[in-house]
Amino acid sequence: MVALNQETPRVASLVLDVPEWHGHDAGQHVDVRLTADDGYQAQRSYSIASAPEDPRLQITVERLEDGEVSPYLVGEVRVGDKVELRGPIGGYFVWKVENSTPLLLVAGGSGVVPLMAMIRHRSAAGSKVQARLLYSSRTADDIIYKEELDRIASSGDDVTVAYTLTRAQPSAWKGYARRIDRDMVREVAWPKELSPMAFVCGPTSFVESAAGLLVDLGYDPLRIKTERFGATGG
Amino acid sequence: MDAAEAKVDGNAIGGLLREIFVMEMTTAETTCASCGAVNPVGRVDVYLRAPGVVVRCPGCEQVLMRIVRGPGRYWIDLRGMRCLEFAASE
Repeated sequence: MVALNQETPRVASLVLDVPEWHGHDAGQHVDVRLTADDGYQAQRSYSIASAPEDPRLQITVERLEDGEVSPYLVGEVRVGDKVELRGPIGGYFVWKVENSTPLLLVAGGSGVVPLMAMIRHRSAAGSKVQARLLYSSRTADDIIYKEELDRIASSGDDVTVAYTLTRAQPSAWKGYARRIDRDMVREVAWPKELSPMAFVCGPTSFVESAAGLLVDLGYDPLRIKTERFGATGG
Repeated sequence: MDAAEAKVDGNAIGGLLREIFVMEMTTAETTCASCGAVNPVGRVDVYLRAPGVVVRCPGCEQVLMRIVRGPGRYWIDLRGMRCLEFAASE
């Protein structure tokens, strides 16, 4: 590990220098394995946050207090430590800039991580594909990559970002302040006539509800790709 | 844990399937032996906290595949899957 960026109180990005890394696609993950002194092993999957164009691999990890792996990755691991990983893994939940239809990204919590890799890939490749992100978090402190997302959204580069905060909102909050629902999706999502490609990632119940709302809007189910984190056992 | 949150999807077993098939498998197409639905592995329902891994059809919930990994050994039950189709590696 060559750098550690604390993104929120519970979320950190690990920047890794991986020998013999042959590149990845935006949306893929890696499996991280920890081995205790007595040989006990625990393994979890973490999404890649960096663009394929980035020479250094970055994963973003949310610390789960009852987790076996994430409390080590967010809190104990130090710059210079070695981390055992395999990957990149996945080919289904993947977006490439060659795909030129409008892009809709819907994130719940740390489900934003693989979608951030897609946004970074889009920027790094100089793509003009129009993209919209709808991002649900509990509180303002839980928004991952906020500064970078705001910068990209205000750069006039055809990326819009809509936030919703479900638990608490700061005063003068201009975003949404409720769970994702039909009206919100209708306001943010591309009309189905544009044949958009949608990627939805987050906790299982969030993903199923958001994907259902897109189907109700008339989106082609085959153009809605989902990745469920479950309750996530990190 | 909430039973609904115990479910993930086939993206979560991309690493395990690559150990077994030695290639990217989340884009492989499964055909359910019960209802005939065809779905890529990335779309099927997966339960990681059963004894082993249980893969179910997202349409009819039929068990498509069970994978148990023991020390140095795999057991794979494919009864619920009529076909598993994937591109050959080059």
